[in-house]
Amino acid sequence: MRNESPAASTIRIVKRLLLVVVGMFGFGFAMVPMYDVICDITGLNGKTSGRYAEAEPAPVEDRKITVQFMAQNSEGMSWYFEPNDPQVTVSPGEVKVVSYKVRNPNAFAMVGQAIPSVAPNEAAQYLMKLECFCFQEQPLAPGEEVDMAIRFFVDENIPEKITKLTLSYSLFDITDYEISGDEITAR
Amino acid sequence: MLPKAKLWLSLIGAATILFSTQIQAAWELNMPRGVTQISRDTYDLHMQILWWCVAIGVVVFGAMLWSIINHRKSKGAVAATFHESTKVEIIWTIIPFVILILMAIPATRVLTEAYDSSESEIDIQVTGYQWRWEYRYLRKDSDEEEVSFYSILSTPRDQINNQLPKDETYLLDVDNPLVIPINTKVRFLVTSNDVIHAWWVPDFAVKRDAIPGFINEIWTIVEEPGIYRGQCAELCGIEHGFMPVVVHAVEQEEYDAWYAAKQDEARVAREMANNVVTMSESLEAGEQVYNTTCIGCHQPNGTGLPPAFPALAGSSVVNGDLEANINLLINGVPGTAMAAFGRQLTPVQLAAVVTYIRNSFGNATGDLVQPAAVNTLIQAAQ
Amino acid sequence: MSASHDDHHHGPAKGLTRWLYTTNHKDIGSLYLWFSFAMFLLGGTFAMVIRAELFQPGLQLVEPNFFNQMTTMHGLVMVFGAVMPAFVGLANWLIPMMIGAPDMALPRMNNWSFWILPFAFAMLSSTLFMDAGAPNFGWTFYAPLSTTYAPSTVTFFIFAIHIMGASSIMGSINIIATVLNMRAPGMTLMKMPLFVWTWLITAYLLIAVMPVLAGVVTMMLFDIHFGTSFFNAAGGGDPVLFQHVFWFFGHPEVYIMILPAFGIVSAIIPTFARKRLFGYDSMVYATASIAFLSFIVWAHHMFTVGMPIAGELFFMYATMLIAVPTGVKVFNWVATMFRGSMTFETPMLFAIAFVVLFTMGGFTGLMLAITPADFQYHDTYFVVAHFHYVLVPGAIFSIMAATYYWLPKWTGHMYDERLGKLHFWLSFIGVNVLFFPQHFLGLAGMPRRIPDYALQFADFNWISSIGGFLFGASQLILLVVVIKCVKGGKKATPQVWEGAQGLEWTLDSPAPYHTFATPPDPKLIHAQ
Repeated sequence: MRNESPAASTIRIVKRLLLVVVGMFGFGFAMVPMYDVICDITGLNGKTSGRYAEAEPAPVEDRKITVQFMAQNSEGMSWYFEPNDPQVTVSPGEVKVVSYKVRNPNAFAMVGQAIPSVAPNEAAQYLMKLECFCFQEQPLAPGEEVDMAIRFFVDENIPEKITKLTLSYSLFDITDYEISGDEITAR
Repeated sequence: MLPKAKLWLSLIGAATILFSTQIQAAWELNMPRGVTQISRDTYDLHMQILWWCVAIGVVVFGAMLWSIINHRKSKGAVAATFHESTKVEIIWTIIPFVILILMAIPATRVLTEAYDSSESEIDIQVTGYQWRWEYRYLRKDSDEEEVSFYSILSTPRDQINNQLPKDETYLLDVDNPLVIPINTKVRFLVTSNDVIHAWWVPDFAVKRDAIPGFINEIWTIVEEPGIYRGQCAELCGIEHGFMPVVVHAVEQEEYDAWYAAKQDEARVAREMANNVVTMSESLEAGEQVYNTTCIGCHQPNGTGLPPAFPALAGSSVVNGDLEANINLLINGVPGTAMAAFGRQLTPVQLAAVVTYIRNSFGNATGDLVQPAAVNTLIQAAQ
Repeated sequence: MSASHDDHHHGPAKGLTRWLYTTNHKDIGSLYLWFSFAMFLLGGTFAMVIRAELFQPGLQLVEPNFFNQMTTMHGLVMVFGAVMPAFVGLANWLIPMMIGAPDMALPRMNNWSFWILPFAFAMLSSTLFMDAGAPNFGWTFYAPLSTTYAPSTVTFFIFAIHIMGASSIMGSINIIATVLNMRAPGMTLMKMPLFVWTWLITAYLLIAVMPVLAGVVTMMLFDIHFGTSFFNAAGGGDPVLFQHVFWFFGHPEVYIMILPAFGIVSAIIPTFARKRLFGYDSMVYATASIAFLSFIVWAHHMFTVGMPIAGELFFMYATMLIAVPTGVKVFNWVATMFRGSMTFETPMLFAIAFVVLFTMGGFTGLMLAITPADFQYHDTYFVVAHFHYVLVPGAIFSIMAATYYWLPKWTGHMYDERLGKLHFWLSFIGVNVLFFPQHFLGLAGMPRRIPDYALQFADFNWISSIGGFLFGASQLILLVVVIKCVKGGKKATPQVWEGAQGLEWTLDSPAPYHTFATPPDPKLIHAQ
């Protein structure tokens, strides 16, 4: 033992341990952005995290990849929401535009937001979106209908064994949420 | 005499077989071997690990039992004084490690196999709801008629509440089972509408969580025709125990016929929306819809479970404006457990169930709703 | 320190205030133990409701919603109310006596860390009487079932968890400070009894993960009341993130509930084998490795959420590795018994049952680690059987073994050996009839947390329920034994057990209210 009274050394130990407690409480919250970074790198859960590619590449003609589109309404979301084309076939690097039809059948205005997900999840990082409605608030007046477009290409580095990938959008009713679009993309 | 003895023998034989299969059904001890390559591989892996554990157990517990029998004070045993041996301790660190490697090799192989979802021929979107499954067959073209339907527990409530004797498939039966062809790679895109569910068929060794906002994929190639049953495996609320999964695996031709019939059904349902129904037809059909779709929350006699699930009996909505009542069913009530049924039920079903609730549980509005009227409201809303 | 200095050489105060204001480690230890026994009976009552409903197919006694409340409350009360406080109680009673300290390092905080617990559980239990009902989303409270879809009482649940966490953290700080700072001269770290070692490591685990649990329930609170979207996919959050954060706490939590048990068994087996513990050093290192590994295996609880294959493989391999240090421990206990001179008093019976049945729970744990096989086992009764094998004949048997073992030291009387053995054998038979058939149920495909089941599961369920009722009823014998022993009985000698080693056995029985006010003679401190 060092030259300090037992009481002093107890206080020293307690201070250090309290620091650990505070640190680990913070660590719990730090797991949130850490998880997002890991998702971003690995495509975990197929979350495409709204990444936009900068340049348009040249198509690789000798490979064909089927891209399927799925629409899914979350609970309490009564909008009509369907892809206009259930699937398209593209070559890696080929830029394609597809769209979803969305319509608010209610007698009141609502705000919706679509969250993307890709299967298989390792394909998520190869699906490059140049334009997308993901994570964007979409207000619709009663009876209003719009086409929401996605402009995308499949990265040429996509593994050979992936010949089909599925892009799914889940549409949520966020009328009651007071979150701005910026915060959502930042999260 | 001889023929008679033969008859007896065969009777006893038959009885034994019958009896033993019944016993087997009731006293099932092990994981099913299943009907897919993956399920058999999983079963073999499970048995392999189990036998390793049994072997280790026999050695460890054997040594312990031997000590307990022989090294007891009452037998005059005198305690030895050794209390460590680096050599022995290194040995029993290394041996388990080697065994673990021997286990990890086949496990890695089976897992890699199970994760290869490429080259599927049929893709089905599986969506979990509180408390039913929805199956949607992904189309190749927007001109195709879409096949999609809900799969809901069909065991009558009276069986659950012990009013009726229970069927053999008690709690494992649905109104619309999933149908897939055998020897075909089928990929399931699993997601959820509300909370986390898990889609599980033990005979396929397929279990995957259905997570709201995300899709998970899993696949199977079923090798034998049959009816395969499973259940939701993730706690998803009150009726978690009451959302089974039933899959009919059939020959390709049968599947094609079924699929075509389902497409026709969807077409007809659209057209039927213009038919005129009578009160008795409507009440009968409405009761059916009510018993599969509404009864869980609003209860058999329409009393509901307030405050979460309001009563229908004497309700101001059900006894109030008809159009508002229909719209509520079509669009749901945001922020509550009342879902939007405009997409889940056909206009015929919606009309029938509205007629039913407005003329049951003591409600007597006398309203008869026509499918066409519901259809108009759906169209108008859209 | 100075606080406890004042009342040295005084006996306990009289009346209720003795317990309310006490800073004495023995008093607080007793409070914890009685509290934990009360919670054990409460959580057990919930379990009896579950087993009664599952006695036969169909809904007989309770609504599915109430059934879910029972499974949730059973889990929470047993984990946070019964097992953890029991170990803290044992730590309070024993650690100062084992290391030759006069009391815990922070006696006032010790009082506080106990007395907030009854409030936490009163708050949690009060939800049973509210309109919205108790929490019904399982003790693992997965979002969004526990957030967007939760009953309004979830807020009470969150605050109760916060208080329990605060209590555990304070308890752990106290234990670490005591062990690091209050050891008698001559009591080096590698001479400490294993119970002290395992508790020291457990305390570090608690300090590392209880704040994470506090964090996760805080995030839930924000999601529910302040419109954030940590776990809500609608706002860009992720329900799977909840599971990652929860199990980052949850897996170490599992070891928190078993490491002190290892320490108890490592004290009892050498006593009744009359032979030193085999491989003390490797026991310490194995405990430390298990604690370390517990931080990198959490996602094995989530093999079916759809992680990338690399993640599944990593967590599978890491989980399998835990079998190595755990194996070392089991082998060491067997080697301690080997060529000993054994007698089989009640504590030894519980300790032997612990080794056998915990090892069986370990085997099923290894099976569950194998990812592809886990796809079949996950969320079935196989898992229920697995974790009850490690927690009931594991953690709880060790607590009972400890109770019988140290009861004479606490009360000064020998307990009724005949009743003790009866309690053991009924518990042993009950627990196996209760949980062994659940392996079969799980393998045959019965999901967990369901109030009603298909007919092929009927037979093993009624057998399991019978076992449950037997096990439940047998625990009342323990109550009788303890009360009898407190009231009287054969006078216990200081050493109590022929083969007992360690500082606590050098004290009188019952241990005086204040002990080791002056440090013990270093000559009394032996290597373990």
